Amino acid sequence: MTRYIVRRLLIAIPTLIAISLVIFTILALAPGDPLSDLALNPAVPPEVQQRLRASMGLDDPVPVRYVRWASSLAQGDFGYSFQTRSPVSDLLVQRLPTTIMVVGSAYIVAVLIAIPIGVISSVKQYSVFDNVATTLAFVGFSLPTFFTGLLFILLFSVKFGDWGLPTLPSVYRSTVDGEGLEALWNRVRMMIMPIAVLGMFQAAVLTRYTRAAMLETIHQDYVRTARAKGLSSRVVVFRHALRNALIPVVTIIALGIPTIFTGAVVTEQIFRVPGIGALLITSIQNNDTPVVMAITFIFSILVVFFNLIADIMYGVLDPRIKYE
Amino acid sequence: MSEASTTAEGGSLKDLGTLRAKKPRSLWSDAFRQFRHHKLAMAGAIVLVTFILMVIFGPMLYSGPIRGIDFSIGYESPSLQYPMGTTHEGHDIFARIMWGGRISIAVGIAAMLVGITIGTTIGATAGYFGGFVDSALMRFTDLFISLPVLPLLLLIIYLFRDTMRDNFGILMGNFILIVVVIGALAWMPVARLVRASFLSIKEKEYIEAAHCIGAKTSSIMLRHIMPNVMSPIIVAATLAVAQAIITESTLSFLGLGFPPDVPTWGRMLNDAADFVAIHPVMVIFPGAAIFLTVLSINYVGDGLRDALDPHRTV
Repeated sequence: MTRYIVRRLLIAIPTLIAISLVIFTILALAPGDPLSDLALNPAVPPEVQQRLRASMGLDDPVPVRYVRWASSLAQGDFGYSFQTRSPVSDLLVQRLPTTIMVVGSAYIVAVLIAIPIGVISSVKQYSVFDNVATTLAFVGFSLPTFFTGLLFILLFSVKFGDWGLPTLPSVYRSTVDGEGLEALWNRVRMMIMPIAVLGMFQAAVLTRYTRAAMLETIHQDYVRTARAKGLSSRVVVFRHALRNALIPVVTIIALGIPTIFTGAVVTEQIFRVPGIGALLITSIQNNDTPVVMAITFIFSILVVFFNLIADIMYGVLDPRIKYE
Repeated sequence: MSEASTTAEGGSLKDLGTLRAKKPRSLWSDAFRQFRHHKLAMAGAIVLVTFILMVIFGPMLYSGPIRGIDFSIGYESPSLQYPMGTTHEGHDIFARIMWGGRISIAVGIAAMLVGITIGTTIGATAGYFGGFVDSALMRFTDLFISLPVLPLLLLIIYLFRDTMRDNFGILMGNFILIVVVIGALAWMPVARLVRASFLSIKEKEYIEAAHCIGAKTSSIMLRHIMPNVMSPIIVAATLAVAQAIITESTLSFLGLGFPPDVPTWGRMLNDAADFVAIHPVMVIFPGAAIFLTVLSINYVGDGLRDALDPHRTV
């Protein structure tokens, strides 16, 4: 097992290098230039522009630039933002906690909803509950998050106010009014909608997987044997069927984490959550290349890392899988 | 299957003649028969066909202001004159949805074609030739799976948008760029699926027989193996259309898809985001259009999956 993990880690490194190459190539091939704003500025003479370009290494050949970028990246140096002039890592440290908070809570909510519903659905296959749950899951994953987000704002921030009900704030602010418990409550109120929107979508996807995985195990011979032995249906479902059904579900949960992070890009945009996704959008619009590259690369690291976790968990949870 | 065999068993010998005279049932007619039993899939298909007809012919039959600004007819609620109301700038939402639907649905289908073509080609090549070709192509596929799709899409579209617009015009340039990029980042599951099917089918005896009679590699791949891989590809293709429509809407919603004067559904929602409180119809109708289209396509895909699976005969 240890050898497998080490080997898997070693495969992850060339993958990351390849991804960094892809990202860098896209930027190198792209027309446009981080200093294009400067070129339009009549106050800066061409010689100064040339010197600036040279000092930033923009005239070096692409491979040289790649090596320089990749080696400082490997040391954790993401460079400086063109826009704010501060280190990119500072910006990331500032923004990441909010995103992790929203994404993390959304994912926990999704798992807590999806697994029980998936299990009940499969145990009572074709019942009213199952039909309702399957339909809702289908609807849930056909509803794009930007539409649900706007609908939520319409319902909970606007209509609830019209009906005299307590409303939820539609815009996330980094500062909250009040102190102590009141501040905490205000913070929670701001987070409910972003978390609900992200969580609902993920829950729909996970419910479908849980149900399918449970249906597969529940019809297996050893489950029938367990029933035939006279075990109570609770023991059969939870101890015999669910534990095996969870193997693929757990891997799907791990694989879904990077997706929910990219899903945060949309949610943060709707609710103006000052997280890493919102930073990505503003940086793209401001031509802030270092920040864009750093965030894109962080998302790639997330994908590679959770792929690795999923693989390893599969091995740990399922002793039938042999690694040579 | 059940229908034919019970008559043959139950009836006398002379019935056999009439049985043989019946038109033979093909895989596709069986699949269609099966599909018709899936009520939600049929409903999805009907909604989808209606939508497609509406976006093709709708703009010829119904026209309203979709560009330009006329504040005098802004913020209209749904009425006989404007079935879905008007936007803050006085655009007819119904007319915009039909125009935008053309683009949204066209992007979905075109991106699906790009993705399916790349995926099938790579998967078939890897599965059929095996060995070094296979491992190289699969490594390549793994690499693409590890790419963060949404950030990359945003980045590529942002960087290349102006060049494409200058070369192909504002609509075509954006269309080509969005379609190619969505397709190029969505082919991986198809490649894996096709490869797996090719791996198992190429070992079958009838393929060996085809080799023996001297069939060319291309004809074995296209005429002998491909037809047997079609069902999973069709299902994947259907679902890919839905996925591509969502992706395009997401891009447009984030302001990085089509420009403002091209009213795709996502773009309309982008414009509407600031007017949720004042004029909700601007959000509800385009959002519902995306939702219903995607939902119907997903149900059709679900129905096709069941119908094309030979193990499931009702």
